[in-house]
Order: sequence, then C-alpha cells, then structure tokens
Amino acid sequence: MKPTLDWQIASITNIRPETVKVKSFTLTLPAWTRHRAGQHYDVRLTAEDSYQTQRSYSIASEPEREGEVDITVERINDGEVSTYLHDVLVPGDYIEVRGPIGGYFVWEAGLLPAPLLLIAGGSGVVPLMSMLRHRAAAGARNATVLLYSSRNLEDIIYVNELEKLRSANNGLQILHTLTRSQPPGWKGYARRIDEEMLREVASPLGEAVQVFICGPTLMVESAANALVKVGIDPDQIRTERFGPTGG
Amino acid sequence: MSEERFVSRGFVGKRRGGEKKDRIPPGQYLTNDFPVLSAGPTPYTPLDRWTFTIDGLVKEKVAWSWQEFIKLPMQSYVVDISCVTKWTHLDMKWEGVSLDALLEHVELDRKAMFVTAYSDGGYTTNLPLTDIINGQSFIALKYDDKPLAPEHGGPARMVVPHLYFWKSAKWVRGIHLMEKDKPGFWETAGYHNHADPWKEQRYWND
Repeated sequence: MKPTLDWQIASITNIRPETVKVKSFTLTLPAWTRHRAGQHYDVRLTAEDSYQTQRSYSIASEPEREGEVDITVERINDGEVSTYLHDVLVPGDYIEVRGPIGGYFVWEAGLLPAPLLLIAGGSGVVPLMSMLRHRAAAGARNATVLLYSSRNLEDIIYVNELEKLRSANNGLQILHTLTRSQPPGWKGYARRIDEEMLREVASPLGEAVQVFICGPTLMVESAANALVKVGIDPDQIRTERFGPTGG
Repeated sequence: MSEERFVSRGFVGKRRGGEKKDRIPPGQYLTNDFPVLSAGPTPYTPLDRWTFTIDGLVKEKVAWSWQEFIKLPMQSYVVDISCVTKWTHLDMKWEGVSLDALLEHVELDRKAMFVTAYSDGGYTTNLPLTDIINGQSFIALKYDDKPLAPEHGGPARMVVPHLYFWKSAKWVRGIHLMEKDKPGFWETAGYHNHADPWKEQRYWND
C-alpha cells in the first residue's frame, strides 16, 4: 500500500523564537501520521488570486509526539515563504501542508542502534534534532555525537535543549564549532569542519558508525568527502542539503 | 483536503519570473542558483576507469571509455530544470551527447520498454524508453561551458529536462534496457515513478 499524501490544513498552535533568525512553529494536524526522524513536510501558500508556492521544511519534533509536529524555519531575507512564516503567521492561523515525506534521510532508534554521528551546519541541525529527540524519547543509549557548526554563539539553535539532552548521560556527546566568532574562554572548535576534526570525532565511534550530514552544500560536500577519506564506508553516510537557497 | 478553497491569510508572494512565469511548473519557485542535492557522498571515479555502457535488452551491449565517449558528437542544450525540492532554474546551458546518438550504436530488442540509469555510488533511476528518445535526454559532460563539477554529477550526468531533476542521474555510468519497469532509488523511497513537473508528480499517488 502506497500512502497518500493529501494536503491538509494545519493550525499553528505555538510559535517560539530559537535565535534571532530562527523560529519553531507547532502545527496541529487533523490527519496526523507518525513520521520518521529526518523527514519533512511540504508547505503550500495560496494568495487571494490563487497564486501558490511551496517549500519543504524538516520536521524538528520527535515522532513520539502525537497529533502535531514542529518545524523550525530560518528566515531568509529575500525569502518568499520563510518571511511569511516569520513575519505574518501568528498562533491561530492556518497553513496548508502535506507529509511526512522522504524515505532515505531517516533514522529510527530500533532495538540496538549502531553508533551515530550527526553533522550539522546552521539550520541543517533541524532534522538531526528530530533524530536526537527521537533517540531520547525511545530511550536509546547508543554512542552518539552531534558535531554542530554555527557562525556565532548566538546562532546556535536549540542551545539549551541540546545541553539538557547531553546532560541526561545516555551516551550523547555534543561538539560545537563556531566559525566566525567565539566568546572569551570558548572551549569548543573554532573553525570550519575539516578532515582533522572529523577524524577526531568519528574515530571513537568505530567502523559501524551511521552518519547523517545536513547543512549548506559546501559543508555537506566537504564533510562527506572527508569522512570517506577517514575510511568510513560511503554507504553509511547519508546527506541532505539544507539552507538558504530560495527559502 | 476540504472542498472550500483555502487562502493563506495575508500572503501575497514574491512572484518572481515576470513574463517567464509560464515556464515555471506549479508549486515551483525560480532560482538562479544551482543547488546540490545528493543522498550520500560524491563518488570520484578516475577517468581512466570510467566507462559508459548500454546493456540489457540489446543485441550486443556497447561500452565506451572516457576517451571514446568524448569523441562522440556533442550538442549544446539550453533547458529549464525543475527539482522536486521546488526550485526551477531556466535556461541552463549544457553540452553533451544525446541518447538518440548513443542508442544508434545498439540494436534494441523489440521488448525493450524501460531503462534504469545507474551511477557510481549505487544510485539508480527508472525511465520509460519513450521519455529518453527523440531529443528528450542527453549525457551531459559540460555545464555553463565548463566540465561538469563532481557535486553536480560530473564527469557525466544523464539529463532529462522534462522530468523532475532526480531523474537526471548524476555520475551516470550506463543505462540498462528492460521489458518491465523497475523503480529506482527515490522511486522506491516515496517519490513518483514518472515525475512530470507540469503534472506535479512529486510523490507516490500524486
């Protein structure tokens, strides 16, 4: 049976800022379907004169939450949909969506999950956050590392929740790199993700590591290439591009 | 969805495209970028080990080395490309060898109806034979007058402009002719089997 993906009208039940440029939106869905962490929804906007446009947004929330999903959206200055979501939408509004969509860039905790390496650039962290929330909700304790590249400290999305997940002491390690500016006393990485960094981060996870990379093209490209050089089987590396183009 | 027409409160839209808007399929937006979307790492095959093969339901299979392939007749193409992730890029300029020219080198079995295009890295996509002949597809070696970059599918990418861009297999290494259709990588992962952007055939059952 192939599932249908009908358009449905979701109500916006919560909006909260994550950073200056990033907000999360809770969509309450009349026809909710459990998603797999890493999947996305399509959003369709319709103007009075029937002009329509669509975008895809990764699901940020865990599949265990029923009846609703969160999407986290970066506001793109020149964007058509992200500016609407950020500047116009208020709780109580409705938007048309369909999903969940995508059958490859997905992770399920399962019974004995392999070590997991998640590599995020900017808002590319969103589908990976769904995986981390799913991992926590499922009670998984597999060795997991999130390597997360942001420009500045204040650009880190989910900063407090990530710290909370890490401190739960269930095998999750979170490594930040700040590529543009670092606060005084910064102990994390302070450069773009590179081969040396990936070697340090990936080696302890062993050969069976499963890798998910999401971020801007150049970052995804260079991280995936470097991981192959480090010796990780390309079949264990899944990539998704995410980011400002078009928005 | 409900029978009533839904309007997004306060949405006007950017409506890029001007007089070219008739060339933008439904639900798509115009970009001048060339976004990269791949399911895994970019494969790098040395050109001295690269081949392009046509096999399956053909009388005799044929394979070209890189040196042989680049001597085949090249054509220029200026085409509009739509990706299922919603971007459309008009007037993309490619150079490559048409599938018609390649298929002249084999004798097709009458039962051949479908092809699987297959790539380095294990990617596959399926197409009806009728969607790749008569000038509808080519193996691109250049984009914008430059050798096709690896992240865009170089050294060679099969381009099928009238279908969503995942049907245009990056890092293509050959086509396999078959009697029956066989869904490929994305086609088994929720995406539409045919993928016509003008019919918005994005996902299963669209």
